[in-house]
Amino acid sequence: MATKKQTIEKQVVEVGTEEKVFSTLNLGPTHPATHGIFQNVLKMDGEIIRDAESTVGYIHRAFEKLAEHRSYPQITVLTDRLNYCSSPINNMGWELTVEKLIKAEIPKRVQYMRVIIMELSRIADHIVCNSVIGVDTGAMTGFLYVFQLREHIYEIFEEICGARLTTNIGRIGGFERNWSPKVWAKLDAFLKEFPAALKEFENLLMRNRIFMDRVVNCGPISAEMALSYSFTGPNLRATGVDYDVRVASPYSSYEEFDFKIPVGTNGDTYDRFMVREQEMWESLSIIHQALDKIKKEPADVFHGNVPGFYLPAKQDVYSKMEALIYHFKIVMGELDVPVGEVYNAVEGGNGELGFYLVSDGNRNPYRLHFRRPCFIYYQAYAEMIKGSMLSDAILTMSSLNVIAGELDA
Amino acid sequence: MSETTWIAGIEEQLKGKLNLDATALDLNADIPTLTLKRDNVIAAIALLKDSGFNFLTDLTGIHYPQLKGSELGVIYHLHDMVKNHRLRLKVFVSISDPTVPTLTELFPGANWMERETFDFFGIHFKGHPNLKRILNMDEMNYHPMRKEYQLEDGQREDKDNSMFGR
Repeated sequence: MATKKQTIEKQVVEVGTEEKVFSTLNLGPTHPATHGIFQNVLKMDGEIIRDAESTVGYIHRAFEKLAEHRSYPQITVLTDRLNYCSSPINNMGWELTVEKLIKAEIPKRVQYMRVIIMELSRIADHIVCNSVIGVDTGAMTGFLYVFQLREHIYEIFEEICGARLTTNIGRIGGFERNWSPKVWAKLDAFLKEFPAALKEFENLLMRNRIFMDRVVNCGPISAEMALSYSFTGPNLRATGVDYDVRVASPYSSYEEFDFKIPVGTNGDTYDRFMVREQEMWESLSIIHQALDKIKKEPADVFHGNVPGFYLPAKQDVYSKMEALIYHFKIVMGELDVPVGEVYNAVEGGNGELGFYLVSDGNRNPYRLHFRRPCFIYYQAYAEMIKGSMLSDAILTMSSLNVIAGELDA
Repeated sequence: MSETTWIAGIEEQLKGKLNLDATALDLNADIPTLTLKRDNVIAAIALLKDSGFNFLTDLTGIHYPQLKGSELGVIYHLHDMVKNHRLRLKVFVSISDPTVPTLTELFPGANWMERETFDFFGIHFKGHPNLKRILNMDEMNYHPMRKEYQLEDGQREDKDNSMFGR
């Protein structure tokens, strides 16, 4: 008996002193569960992540260098490709930055039109994120329901500017043309059908026991840590910090609108989901308010008086010589840009999207830096998933809504 | 204007602790801008962090080849979310000795922003835990956002400049 006991003890000691063998797992660069080009080298202890290292830059397209060689109107198309789930917000962020530099005055109607577009794209952005959280937990149905609605938002964009995903919507100074009756009709139709669809989506997931078991306490982050990692947007608000650029430094007349900033408590996947869900309702209310305000404004105004930046009407370009000259002059970048530097931020789908623009008066910006919220908060990802299961890491990433285009610029 | 009063308080505080010269503060920009000396950066930002500027909005670089002796710059944007004040800080260093102390101890979020600035401008952040390229490939042997580099890849040999009007 005694000898047997000894051998057992010996075995235990041997197991205890044996060095743990970790396996290395490459999650990405292309992995069907990560929705984009993200590489994470994980050190796995069975199913548990012990260490992680993120590698980024797979779709780096040198936007900041390109911007130094493009004229101001040509940079709008570069911003499309940052967060391509909500391109109009990026486009308008850039237009607002240039308007801030040249101190242009924009009519109220144009500002409200921009608010409508930006809130529609916020809804489109949040639809993608939230429904994909559903997909990653194994609930495909909700995703299919709400993606139909995202399609309808894109149809509105298409009616306004001719493009769906990379929109290049608006111009420095306003919109290229007035919205057609079709746009207003499609907008009305969307506003009628969206609440029911969103409610249906919420009924499927929000209080669903299987879903909640999966996402509550998954990938949490504290408010202190989120702030120290410069989190912004829904991910920061999910931790309980009520910072929103639309309220802190209002642009495009956001100060006239009445809306709430939803906040969470734990900063976990469920809170991020709920904050985005609630923001969609707030966006809907902002669009309704904007529609009421827009009725009181003259219906034929769709751009400000920004000579030298705003392109002449297309029919004039084709029939009048001066208009053709101006068209070329503006597109080639022969603009009267003041010397100066501005930082302008808008509340993008993922947080504070900032543009730091330094102008030396030339046709191209001297320096343009994009403060891309994804790039800044994605660095906390490796820290957030340490000690969690592999399947939770996938959910954490989709709930952070990391967009590869914005990450890699 | 309320902006001048709070910035005067901050300037006073910084002047007491560090020797700022009179021209360091620029109120004409869209955000009050403070130009610091390299040795003061960490002390100043630590002081500002204690007085409310506890959010690092942005950190980036800039290159002015014509400013001899201070060609490279690092630009910080700090934010006091409670009082909703923003502040821009600038540090300029010579291109022959492009080192700036790291901010990662004060703000962990500065980690990747500094790596990006290193990658594109070649500014070395002293004390950074993991200073290596982030968006460009590791084999790259230059810092592409410096003004002397063309838009197109300077390492390629298969493109004849004369064919592209360069």
